[in-house]
Amino acid sequence: MRRRPATLHRLAGRALVVLLLGFLILPAAVVAIAAFNERALLAFPPQGFSLRWFTKAFDYRDFQIGWHNGAIVMLAASSLAVVVGTGFAFVLDRYRFVGRGLIETLLLAPLVVPHFTVGLGFLLLAAQVGLMRGFTVVIACHVVLVLPFVLRSVYISLRNLDRRLELAAESLGARPARVLFTVTLPLLVPGIVSGFLFAAILSFNEFTASLFVTAQRTQTLPVAMYNYVREYADPTMAAMSLIFILATTVLLTLANAVFGLGKVLNVDDGR
Amino acid sequence: MAAEADIAVRLDGVTKHFGDTVALKDAWLKVQRGELLTLLGPSGCGKTTLLNLVAGFLSADAGELFIEGALVTDVPTAERDIGMIFQSYALFPHMSVAANIAYGLKTRHIARDEIARRVREAIALMKLGGLEARKPRQLSGGQQQRVALARALVIRPKVLLMDEPFSALDKNLRQSMQVEVKEIQRRLGVTTIFVTHDQSEALSLSDRIAVMSDGRILQIGTPQEVYRAPADRFVASFIGEVTVLRGKLAQIEGDTAVVALGASRVSVAAAPLSGVSISSAVDLFVRPEQLRIVGDRGAITATVTAHIYQGGHVDLYADSSGAIGRVLVRVPGEAALHAPVGAAVGIAPAPSGAVAFPAGD
Repeated sequence: MRRRPATLHRLAGRALVVLLLGFLILPAAVVAIAAFNERALLAFPPQGFSLRWFTKAFDYRDFQIGWHNGAIVMLAASSLAVVVGTGFAFVLDRYRFVGRGLIETLLLAPLVVPHFTVGLGFLLLAAQVGLMRGFTVVIACHVVLVLPFVLRSVYISLRNLDRRLELAAESLGARPARVLFTVTLPLLVPGIVSGFLFAAILSFNEFTASLFVTAQRTQTLPVAMYNYVREYADPTMAAMSLIFILATTVLLTLANAVFGLGKVLNVDDGR
Repeated sequence: MAAEADIAVRLDGVTKHFGDTVALKDAWLKVQRGELLTLLGPSGCGKTTLLNLVAGFLSADAGELFIEGALVTDVPTAERDIGMIFQSYALFPHMSVAANIAYGLKTRHIARDEIARRVREAIALMKLGGLEARKPRQLSGGQQQRVALARALVIRPKVLLMDEPFSALDKNLRQSMQVEVKEIQRRLGVTTIFVTHDQSEALSLSDRIAVMSDGRILQIGTPQEVYRAPADRFVASFIGEVTVLRGKLAQIEGDTAVVALGASRVSVAAAPLSGVSISSAVDLFVRPEQLRIVGDRGAITATVTAHIYQGGHVDLYADSSGAIGRVLVRVPGEAALHAPVGAAVGIAPAPSGAVAFPAGD
């Protein structure tokens, strides 16, 4: 008789876990299923089975441009953010200066400034200097948006880095540059990769700010999708979602295989 | 005094502050070539600061530092030719054992086959054969320690610096590593500065000990000297077990003073008692092995509270009423039988061997 409450608690706990998981997965599952609808209708449950919306996701001209532009912006913005963010992280970790606290707060709390503000800001700036039509403004805008994530990731890795490793390298005769390239940076790789992945995923998915700063020629995939949805309501969007999810999963799985997910997501126990 | 050429490390009046606190105050020290000198003291005494100054991890606020006769006060760590052993070993986690050991050779741009040869030598010396390709996290604590030693020694440093290197090891491993390190240090003849707060480790390993407290070096001497002839009350009580007994100065004659303790007379060195007048109170610092269990006419009467069997001898703890408190007496096994737990015993100091200082409060 004394065991029953414990069993009940355990059952209730499991039920809660299942409910939570279901709640989290539900929207993605509904969309995934709707993607196979045969009819040109975004509906659930689907009627019939077809793969033609997947084909369309790659064949539609605006989407092709969107994939292409998105990839350019993603790679350029993430790479720039990694370089700038790593540099910033070093400065924040290693130096004490006036305004350091403010910068730390701003850069580590990206939610304070909304994306549409950043987009609007860049739109106004671009109009001033006449950069309205190019990728420069889109990439610059994305760098600002993803920088905090890179910075945060590298900064946390730096905080967790055992400084004695650098001292040990120095004691063995290594000058600062050699210490940086043989000890510090190799140990920061998981943090840098994690920052890059976050930045890449975020940049590729970013819509709000992109809507302000992209033009017809530079529109990224989410913007192309938005323009598409305003005219059509077929399951192409659902197919696109599934492709996004699969691509991200593959990316993270690869990262996990190479670096270990704990390290990549910076949830390592610090060992 | 040793000739200047035999001095491996010299500190001339080195001072270091952290903000308002003085971490090291006017330290003068000469470490002889090939010796193992221990910096011993409680945490916060400045011993690690001194070590970090020699390593170049910190820069001195005042004073000069010399390694092998060369002024290095402002020379960066990388150019000091030192070997450093950290408490946490600080092995590079992304490198194999062999790469860790080779690191200091590569920074010196030594030819590749020479590096390979010296790494092999170091691996043989530290008995690390078969582990060359392992990563540090795949090694036991003792093995990591060996890799750290191999990495520091393979560069043939002018001075080896060790910061509490054994504190992370369990007791048995610690003792065997102590013996091994001592042996290797002597065999290679590498000058070593060793930091510890463990006085028994200091006594067993060191050629000389520098006892530190509050940022000052209080005494530098062989283990025998600091144990038998401590320079002050702090050194006397920090090193080894000690019982403090309040007595009276009975006489001073030349270098020898006599302290009266009840019916007992104890001869001590007179130097620490200069300026104390006859028949004023002095404190006698007595080691456990200098105390004996006697009949009821001892200088102290106490109740035996515990026997700690140590194999060759018994550590007998007794509680004395009054200011003395707990007394530790080291007695041969059979003598302990005559003083069972609970018995009232008399304890008397040996007639010589103790030290006395002016009475404290």
